Amino acid sequence: MDAELNAADIDGIIDSMAQQLLAKMNEKGIQDPLMIGIHTGGLWVAEKLHQRMKLTKPLGEIDISFYRDDYTRIGLNPQVKPSQIPSEVESEDIILVDDVLYTGRTIRAALNEIFDYGRANSITLAVLVDRGQRELPLQADVIGLKLDLSAQKQVKLTGPAPLALETNRN
Amino acid sequence: MSSSEQMASTSFKAPDSSSLQLNDQGKLRHFLTTDGLSKEVLTEIMDVAESFSSVSDQAVKKVPLLRGKTIVNLFFENSTRTRTTFDLAAKRLSADVINLNIATSAASKGESILDTIRNLEAMHADMFVIRHADSGAAHFIARHVAPHVSVINAGDGQHAHPTQAMLDMFTIRRVKKDFSHLKVAIIGDILHSRVARSQIHALNTLGVKEVRVIAPKTLLPSNTDALGAHVYGDLRSGLDDIDVIIMLRLQRERMGGALLPSEHEYFECFGLTEKKLAYAKPDVTVMHPGPINRGIEMDAAVADGPHSVILQQVTNGIAVRMAVMALCMGHNTAGKKS
Repeated sequence: MDAELNAADIDGIIDSMAQQLLAKMNEKGIQDPLMIGIHTGGLWVAEKLHQRMKLTKPLGEIDISFYRDDYTRIGLNPQVKPSQIPSEVESEDIILVDDVLYTGRTIRAALNEIFDYGRANSITLAVLVDRGQRELPLQADVIGLKLDLSAQKQVKLTGPAPLALETNRN
Repeated sequence: MSSSEQMASTSFKAPDSSSLQLNDQGKLRHFLTTDGLSKEVLTEIMDVAESFSSVSDQAVKKVPLLRGKTIVNLFFENSTRTRTTFDLAAKRLSADVINLNIATSAASKGESILDTIRNLEAMHADMFVIRHADSGAAHFIARHVAPHVSVINAGDGQHAHPTQAMLDMFTIRRVKKDFSHLKVAIIGDILHSRVARSQIHALNTLGVKEVRVIAPKTLLPSNTDALGAHVYGDLRSGLDDIDVIIMLRLQRERMGGALLPSEHEYFECFGLTEKKLAYAKPDVTVMHPGPINRGIEMDAAVADGPHSVILQQVTNGIAVRMAVMALCMGHNTAGKKS
């Protein structure tokens, strides 16, 4: 299955993700969650979700480069950005947002980084696209679009304005 | 051949001194000197350091990047600040760190520097941070280590102290944002200062408008043309229109004879007071690599005053050293498993 999505398609998906997340928060009895976006694509999605859900706590951003498991193979990502989590993580209910869920290694790194800021009460994972091919036992709570792509295919979110999603054979 | 004979035959000014610290993709693999490094490499160090600064906001002030790596701080010369911040930087990267004060151990039993290195390599050390009283010591060791090992120069003789220079550049960038319009004055013992040499290289590479050195003639090298800076003999003319002042420590331990008439007279002429600070721009930034000799190099009122960023330099030293360690170790291709 191939997908080429433009900004309007993505807006529609993010609207539905916001609804699902609000329902999820309601179901879990969470009043005031702390949203954290993963650099770079996840942060673009998180900015839109944060606005639509009218969250009161400022949006956090993390760059997981210092927590990656392939540093000894490919070295440090020189484009690493500072992580900024504006409020306490301790005892918070967190919504973690990424653009594409693939092997699960980015989410593993993000979870480790968040726990170095404090013991979160809960973490809910929301992703724009789940493209399959997981290598770790992780899944998202809210998924915008589910694709079943072979490992040879690549999914890329470009942005921040306009957002567009491309899949191509690599 | 003893280590000192080998060292004498290995000139630290060899033409490959800057290529020695880069891998075949032009990336930093050892960090020995700022001399010869491109603006891109120096900027990359500062950009990565900026990201490491946020690690201090974490409840657990650590990232797992260098887990399982062993870093040996080899200090053949005394140091408190530099060694402590290297130690902290390595620990914040989750490396295992060993601090060796060689002045009081193997060397005093007659072991050569290379034998010390070979023994530490046999214990699977991945990185050496070296401070030595001989100029060129870190280069010498970098030439002889195993391919997967990185070497960082933490100060060699009167030659270079590149991580100090880079933490100063990082501090300047954080305060002033842009280098291109800056006039920077370095004041004091230029003759003995490896810090000044590394700073002048870095400032010129990063493209500041002007670098000045202000010092008495006895504390300047004989060939000032090679310095890459304009030379001034007094603070009044030297500080005119200056954006950043970098004070240097009087290195009394390296002064053989009567280079100074007296410390009191030095302070009268070259010591920084609030009154003399007024010769510079109103928003001038004052820096000092520490330790400060209060009342000799500068007044307490200046050191603790609103223009001073001396303690920020110390904090920034941790992030910059983390950046250099993480970049060197990451670029060390031989350490990669394909």
